[in-house]
Amino acid sequence: MNNVARSVGSAADKRMKKLFAPAAVVVAAMFAYGLVLIADAPTESTMGLVQKIFYFHVPSWFAMFAAAFTCGIASLFVLIRGRKSADRVALAAAELAVVFGLIGLITGPLWGRKAWGVYWQWDAKLTSALVMWLIFVAYLLLRRYGGAGSEKLSAVVAIFGMANVPFVYWSVNLWRTVHPLTSVVPTLPPVMRGTFWWCVVMFIGLYVLLLAARVRLEKRRAELDALFLAIED
Amino acid sequence: MSVRRVKRLVGTVLSTAALLAGLSAFPATASGQQPPEPPEGFVAAGDLPAKEELPAAPFVIGAYAVAWVLVFGYLWSIWQRLGRVERELADVSRRVEAGGRR
Repeated sequence: MNNVARSVGSAADKRMKKLFAPAAVVVAAMFAYGLVLIADAPTESTMGLVQKIFYFHVPSWFAMFAAAFTCGIASLFVLIRGRKSADRVALAAAELAVVFGLIGLITGPLWGRKAWGVYWQWDAKLTSALVMWLIFVAYLLLRRYGGAGSEKLSAVVAIFGMANVPFVYWSVNLWRTVHPLTSVVPTLPPVMRGTFWWCVVMFIGLYVLLLAARVRLEKRRAELDALFLAIED
Repeated sequence: MSVRRVKRLVGTVLSTAALLAGLSAFPATASGQQPPEPPEGFVAAGDLPAKEELPAAPFVIGAYAVAWVLVFGYLWSIWQRLGRVERELADVSRRVEAGGRR
């Protein structure tokens, strides 16, 4: 019983705690400088000021895709090897996929209202993005209310969600929609392109940071459960 | 008919005519204040009055505000949940150690 109690605050935990604060400072500094870069970036000729939403909208989807891949790959490990640690990563990544997807789903319509005249269009890109986001919402609902053994079923849902990522990304090239093509980024002027990639890196940094914090929460919960079980024994 | 009566009659006719002329001129003035007829066909975006165009700033500010609120809200929720679990862990660990000593 005491061994379980002593496992609270392992070496890996301490290392992560030590790294977390400097990493958080770096990401915060990147966001602060990112806002300066966005303000300095030239205004787009046809859309004007509203195009600046691009610097948060697209990177938030990149972070969502990263979360979807993390969740899907970790779920593969859950299904094949039955690893508890992979399950914790999958759950944390699914939550982040929903958060970053929600940022994308709110900022996109705000941009669309000004650029297209409507908040929403049921075209291939927007609809498939919404469906992918709903898959990860379904994953979380399944984990929350699915009961014992739901981690296997939700792992399958996560893999299905991950498989959607390339489809969502390429849908705009396969079907002509109101949404800009994926070829927009390479054609950006260097100043706008630099700002865009900076924002992508800072969003991925934020994603990694939040993932680490969320995985730690799951790990501590698992330790608490183990401690309760040890008391019962 | 006396001269005075003729003069009064002429005066009445003239003043009535002046009043009618004034009234008939009024609708013309009023119609000048009405808005111009809407143009037929398409109008170039550059010719639209400023109030017809959607301002971009509220959308940009709204989008950035939503992103910040969601990120900080999520961070706060992790902080809260982690704090709760850490408190419970400390409490249970204390109980386990107290039980071990006995």
